[in-house]
Amino acid sequence: MTMEVILFILVMAAGTAGELCVSRAMKTIGEVHDFRPKAILKVIGRAMTISWMWLGLALMTTAFLSLLGVLAIEEVSMVVPVTAMSYVLGTLGGKFFLKEKVTSQRWAGVLLVCAGAALVILGSK
Amino acid sequence: MAPVTQDASPPATHSPRLQFKTYLLLLIMIIFGPLGNVLLGMGMKHLSHGSWSAAQLPALLAEGIGSGTVWLGIASLITFFVANILVLSWADYSFVQPAASLAYLVVAVMGRFILHEAVTPLRWAGVGIICVGVAVIGRTPARTTEGAP
Repeated sequence: MTMEVILFILVMAAGTAGELCVSRAMKTIGEVHDFRPKAILKVIGRAMTISWMWLGLALMTTAFLSLLGVLAIEEVSMVVPVTAMSYVLGTLGGKFFLKEKVTSQRWAGVLLVCAGAALVILGSK
Repeated sequence: MAPVTQDASPPATHSPRLQFKTYLLLLIMIIFGPLGNVLLGMGMKHLSHGSWSAAQLPALLAEGIGSGTVWLGIASLITFFVANILVLSWADYSFVQPAASLAYLVVAVMGRFILHEAVTPLRWAGVGIICVGVAVIGRTPARTTEGAP
């Protein structure tokens, strides 16, 4: 049980930190205009030269293995909504790490998402 | 840092073209993300028979990495991931992450009808509130860091 909680926390914390690192790397590249497969591969190739991308991938791998462990015992329709709790982390990260402006309306939405995730947990006992 | 080469089109932040691109990639994300998780759950539960101890976990994860169903899930999640990093090249993370949370509704529907999970009314309510949160967030602009490096 405690092991399961640790894995849940790793899914959320490492996953969010990983996505923030990847987002930071992609912002360095700038807006993608060309969606032909060759051009997309080129963008991915360029992304792989940015160290934020590698740190992000390492964190996301950690989150992925933790997710596999949790999914081995819990229902998918419970596990995935509960990971919505990472929205607080993500919004804080967007604000402080990526310098995005977070409006009060966006905060309200994030709080609703968290309330929903809490109900999903309560609905699983 | 290498200078970024731009196409002929100016970076029109709120243009219909950029909005279409954003919503198309979000659609790919909310289909392939949940599908990937459902396939992972299917593969892992088949291996674990519903329980594990901390000592068994490393072996179970190794077994999972060798499972075909898990790899189908990984392929689906890679599709999700590529769509995600592409959309993050122009849209705010704090817009994309909440908007993509429509996937929580999709995952509950897939869990119910593909994996035959017992989704309780309280769980549906929770998922519904998550989607209301998404609607609130969706009314905020997709990009606030104009001209950032």
